Amino acid sequence: MTFKKRLSLLPFIISAAVTSQQLIAKDITLLNVSYDPTRELYQAFNPLFIDYWKQRTGDDVTIKQSHGGAGKQARAVIDGLQADVVTLALAYDIDAIAEKTGNIDSNWEEKLPNNSAPYTSTIVFLVRKGNPKNIKDWDDLVKPDIQVITPNPKSSGGARWNYLAAWGYAEEKYGSKEKAKDYIKQLFKNVPVLDSGARGATNTFVQRGIGDVLLAWENEAFLAINELGPDQFEIVVPSVSILAEPPVAVVDKVAEKHGTKEVAEAYLAYLYSPEAQGLAAKHYYRPVLPALADPKDIARFPEIKTFTVKQKFGSWQQAQKTHFSDGGEFDQIYTVK
Amino acid sequence: MSTLAIQTHPSQTTRFEKNAATREPNWVKYLLLGISLSFFALFLLLPLIAVFTEALRKGLETYWLAFTDADALSAIALTLTAALISVPLNLVFGVAAAWAITKFEFRGKQILITFIDLPFSISPVIVGLSLVLVFGVHGWFGEWLVANDVKVIFALPGIVLATIFVTFPFVARELIPLMQAQGKEEEEAAIVLGAKGWQTFWYVTLPNIKWGLLYGVILCNARAMGEFGAVSVVSGHIRGETNTLPLHVEILYNEYNFSAAFAVASLLALLALLTLVIKSYVEHKISKRTNG
Repeated sequence: MTFKKRLSLLPFIISAAVTSQQLIAKDITLLNVSYDPTRELYQAFNPLFIDYWKQRTGDDVTIKQSHGGAGKQARAVIDGLQADVVTLALAYDIDAIAEKTGNIDSNWEEKLPNNSAPYTSTIVFLVRKGNPKNIKDWDDLVKPDIQVITPNPKSSGGARWNYLAAWGYAEEKYGSKEKAKDYIKQLFKNVPVLDSGARGATNTFVQRGIGDVLLAWENEAFLAINELGPDQFEIVVPSVSILAEPPVAVVDKVAEKHGTKEVAEAYLAYLYSPEAQGLAAKHYYRPVLPALADPKDIARFPEIKTFTVKQKFGSWQQAQKTHFSDGGEFDQIYTVK
Repeated sequence: MSTLAIQTHPSQTTRFEKNAATREPNWVKYLLLGISLSFFALFLLLPLIAVFTEALRKGLETYWLAFTDADALSAIALTLTAALISVPLNLVFGVAAAWAITKFEFRGKQILITFIDLPFSISPVIVGLSLVLVFGVHGWFGEWLVANDVKVIFALPGIVLATIFVTFPFVARELIPLMQAQGKEEEEAAIVLGAKGWQTFWYVTLPNIKWGLLYGVILCNARAMGEFGAVSVVSGHIRGETNTLPLHVEILYNEYNFSAAFAVASLLALLALLTLVIKSYVEHKISKRTNG
C-alpha cells in the first residue's frame, strides 16, 4: 500500500518543483543571456554592479549568466528563455529577437551611446608561435596548404564578423562581388572544422591543435594567449579588418513582467561607467570611452585599420539577408565544396 | 538488452575446453583475449585514467573546490532532482507497459513495443528540439504556457521531460523478456486462488521481477544523470539554475578551467563506476535465481 501512497504523491512533487522555479524567477534576479567569449568579462563585471546597486538602493541582486554561440542564444530567447538583458555579438541577433517576439523595443539601438555597444572589438589572426606558415594577411588564408579555423556563421556571431571582415577585404582588393565570393569560397575550402560558437573554435585550435590560423575576436585571441601561454601562440594583425560592435539591450517585456526593468536598465548603463570601461579594456575589449580605462591596458591594443558593416554592407539586416539567410551567399559557397 | 543473454555457463565452457576435438587452438583463444583486452584498455580504461589524472593534476584542494563551488553544487542538485523525478516515473511506466505486453493480448501490441524502443533510435538533439517545438513560446502550447506563467523549456520541467524521454525504454526493455520467459501461469494460479489484481502484482509478479526491475532502474538512472544532448537543447545554460552536471563539465572546459572540468567529469565517472558495481551485484543475483 505504501507504494501506492508514494505514487499518489508524485504530482505534488512535480508541481512543487514547478512552483519553486517560479519563485526564483520573481526574486530580484537578472538573467543576462550573452554570447560565447564574454564569460570572463561578465564574471568580473557582475560583482561590480551588485556592489554598485546595493550602495545605490540597498537591494540585493543576483545575476545569472548564460553563454553560447550568439545565434543560438538569440534563438533560445526567441523560444522563451527568460532573459532580462541580452548582450550579444551583433545587432542582427537583437533585431531578430525584437522582430520575432516583440519583447524588445524596435528603437533599442538608440537607447544607449554608440548604438548600444559599450565596447568594440575586431577580428585578428591567432597563429602558432613563430608563425611557421608565414601568415600575414587575408590573402594568405586561401593558399592551398593553410588550414583555417572559424566557427559556423549560421550559429556564431563571431564567425559572421570573420566572414564579413574577409569579404570586405576581398571586395576592396579584387574590385567585385564575384571575386569576393570566389575568395570566400576558397577560404572555406581551407576550413576543416566548423564549430558552433567562437569558444568552441578557439578550443579546436588551441586545445586540439587543429589548423594553422584561427580567425578570432581580438579579445578571444588575447585570452587564449594569456590562459594557455604566450610561448605557444601569437597574434597577427591583418592590413584591414572589421569594427565589431557587440550590442546590449534590455528585453523590455520580459523585464517588465519580472519587475526588473529598472535594474536591467541600470545594469546596461553601468557598462559605460569608468569602472566597467576599465574592466572591458582589462579583458581586451576596446572600450568606447578609452579615456576612462587604464592607459596601460589601452596600449596593448595594436593599431588596426577597420571598416564598419554600415560602410561595406549597408546594414546588419542587409548583410544577414544577403550572406547568412537560407540560400544566401554562405549557403551557396559552402555547399559547392 | 536482456541480462540473461550475457551470462556465461561455466559448466558448458569447461566441457568444451576438456574435449580436444571441440577445443579451439590456444592461439585463437589468446588472440581473441588479446584483442578484447587491448580494445578495452585503449577505448575504456585509458580515457578513464586520463579523466582522473587531469582532474587531480592541480592537487586535491583544487579537486575539492570544483565540487564546493556554488554553481557545481546547484548542478549536482539539479541532476539528482531530474533523476529523482524521471526514474520513478519511468519505473511506473516500464512496469505497466511490460505487464500489458506480456500478460495481455491486444491489437497494436507490436506497435507499442516499437514505440518503446523509439528513444534508442532517435538522436537526443531531435528530442530536445521537438520539446522546444511543443512547449516553446511559439510552440503548440506556447501561448497557454505564457498566459499561465508556466515555465517548461529552459527550466526544470523541460529538463525532466527530456530526461524521461531518453530513459523511457530502459525499465520496460529489461522486464519484457523476463516476464515473457516467466509466462502468466503463476498469476493465473493466484487469481484462481482468489487474489485481487493488486495482491497478485505485489505477492506474485513483483518478487519474480524484482532483480530485473532493479537492473532496469539502475541503467535508467545512469542514463538520466549522464544525458547531455537532449538536456542541452532545453536547458538554456543558466549557471546555477538550469545547468546539469554534464553541461557544467562542458562550460568549465570552455572556460579553460580544465582541472575543474575533469574533476566534475570524474564525479560522473565515479557515479558510473558505482552503478557498474551495483549492476554486477544485481546480475549475480539474477544468475543465482535462474541457475540455482
